[in-house]
Amino acid sequence: MNRLTWKSLRRHGLLLVLSLFMIYPVVWWISASFKSNEEMSSPGLIPIKATINNFIEGWHAVPGFSFTHFYANTFLLIAGVLFTTLISCSLVAFGFSRLDFPLRSFWFSIVLMTVMLPNQITLVPQYAMFNDFGWVNTYLPFIVPHSMAGGIGGAFFIFLLVQFIRGIPSELDEAAKIDGCSWFGIYFRIIMPLLKAPLVTVAIYCFLWNWDDFLGHLIYINDVDKYTVGLALRMMIDTSSTAPWGQLFAMSLVSVLPAVLIFFFAQRHIVEGVATSGLKG
Amino acid sequence: MGKQINSAYSLPADHPPDAAGSRKLKAGRRWESPLAGYLFISPWLLGFFLFTFWPMIQSAYFSFTEYSLLEAPKWIGLDNFNKILNEDRLFYKSLGVTLWFVFISVPLKLMTALLVAVLLNRKLRGMHIYRTLIYFPSLVGTSVAIAILWSNMLGTDGFVNKLLSYAGIEGKSWIGSPDTALGTLILLAMWQFGASMVIFLAGLKQISGELYEAASVDGASRIRQFRTITIPLLSPVILFNLVLQTIAAFQMFTQAFVITKGGPINSTYMFALYLYEKAFGRLEMGYASAMAWILLLIIGAVTALIFFSSRYWVFYATDGGKSK
Repeated sequence: MNRLTWKSLRRHGLLLVLSLFMIYPVVWWISASFKSNEEMSSPGLIPIKATINNFIEGWHAVPGFSFTHFYANTFLLIAGVLFTTLISCSLVAFGFSRLDFPLRSFWFSIVLMTVMLPNQITLVPQYAMFNDFGWVNTYLPFIVPHSMAGGIGGAFFIFLLVQFIRGIPSELDEAAKIDGCSWFGIYFRIIMPLLKAPLVTVAIYCFLWNWDDFLGHLIYINDVDKYTVGLALRMMIDTSSTAPWGQLFAMSLVSVLPAVLIFFFAQRHIVEGVATSGLKG
Repeated sequence: MGKQINSAYSLPADHPPDAAGSRKLKAGRRWESPLAGYLFISPWLLGFFLFTFWPMIQSAYFSFTEYSLLEAPKWIGLDNFNKILNEDRLFYKSLGVTLWFVFISVPLKLMTALLVAVLLNRKLRGMHIYRTLIYFPSLVGTSVAIAILWSNMLGTDGFVNKLLSYAGIEGKSWIGSPDTALGTLILLAMWQFGASMVIFLAGLKQISGELYEAASVDGASRIRQFRTITIPLLSPVILFNLVLQTIAAFQMFTQAFVITKGGPINSTYMFALYLYEKAFGRLEMGYASAMAWILLLIIGAVTALIFFSSRYWVFYATDGGKSK
């Protein structure tokens, strides 16, 4: 018994050191956003003179705009992307997992291949296309591809949902079919209600990845008026000759808050999503 | 897990690949719902042709042209490729930087992820707290916020230098020195091993505890158990993680763009950064397209190499344990 507790103690020690090592920069970051600039290089975790000025000044650091505006922009973009992704990906996943049509296997293997395709390859022509459409500086280059089960993670979401739908017993649809239910009826009335859990996973990933899609935002959004939070943060670094670190930390801390909240309230879904198919991030 | 990955990447379970192949040969096969099927997948199909397939063809065409977006593309044959391969020293520099980054950060990240996953795969009180703390840095991985944190932390006045000065080590700007800048980006990549770790954990849960019991009865040490049970049974998952992380690492952009901007002296000038600069900084869209195809070829070759080598080190439990 003694040996056992000694062993678990040792293991706790090891894990504790590791966890501290991992989380120290994050905790320091939180405390730094309450520090004054003189204190910024101190490794201490408790600010000597705590102040919330960083948050107040940082919020209005971009001339002419407050971060409220950038958050509204980002949420608007993501709301559009999220809504269209959930509908299109579930429709397509239903088609692949429940319907029988020629070349189904072929198309599905193409879906999986596009998961691995580096986006650099389509970057230039897509930009040229959206430029021709007059969509640069709008959110359409993000929303329209997502409404066609594409965009960031689209193929991955189809795959995730297909995996899940395959696990639903097909007796349910058979019964509905005998009762005269159409395919769309089966999708909408039988499968969709059962897809709540995986759709939450899809929504979470869609949110997180689009929130962090810096390259996409950088390319397509030029007006400060339409900037997302990530772009605004980058602007704060670039416009000032001496970076106001306190404000930067405060604002970047707020910018990861949505992700953190999601993480704590839906941890199970995140882990499940990664474990089912484990792509990205 | 290995089996799961295999089947996941082939076809829907009720249509095994050979069945699908041979069925095509049979004339007069009736599809249950051809029209409805295509109707349901039509959003994806349309999107695929519009936003992936067609752009890929265009990109291939652009790579043989001079194209500034303002004027129509002008055909110049192989000039772009010629220039890239024979004259462009920055291309080789950025390729070298990227290869260093990939070949160092990916193995280090995966090794860390695997070791920590093994450590976390135990029954211990409060395990979920440790797991949360360790996963946390990966949560907001590629965001600008983390890049900001990193560039301060490892700068001249960052707290890392302050800590080092307590230990009597004189610090410097780790991000501002050409010989350490890439190292800071690799360190950042390593810090965010959470996603791979979670996948490893899921894989570890599939390994039956009986194997370990039997091995310890036979007197095998922990390290030996890890080498002869954990690694072989987990090898399909290792392959999976390796491929994903390699492809992602080749495309690394945000951190390099925000933290180092490719500098100092181009020591962190990642390929994706150069491509961005060519395409959107100097509007040399044709040149950038040619670069993108070279990147695709390189990623394809490296991935193919990994898959090819996997024959020798990936072990599938379905072999009945005889393949070793």
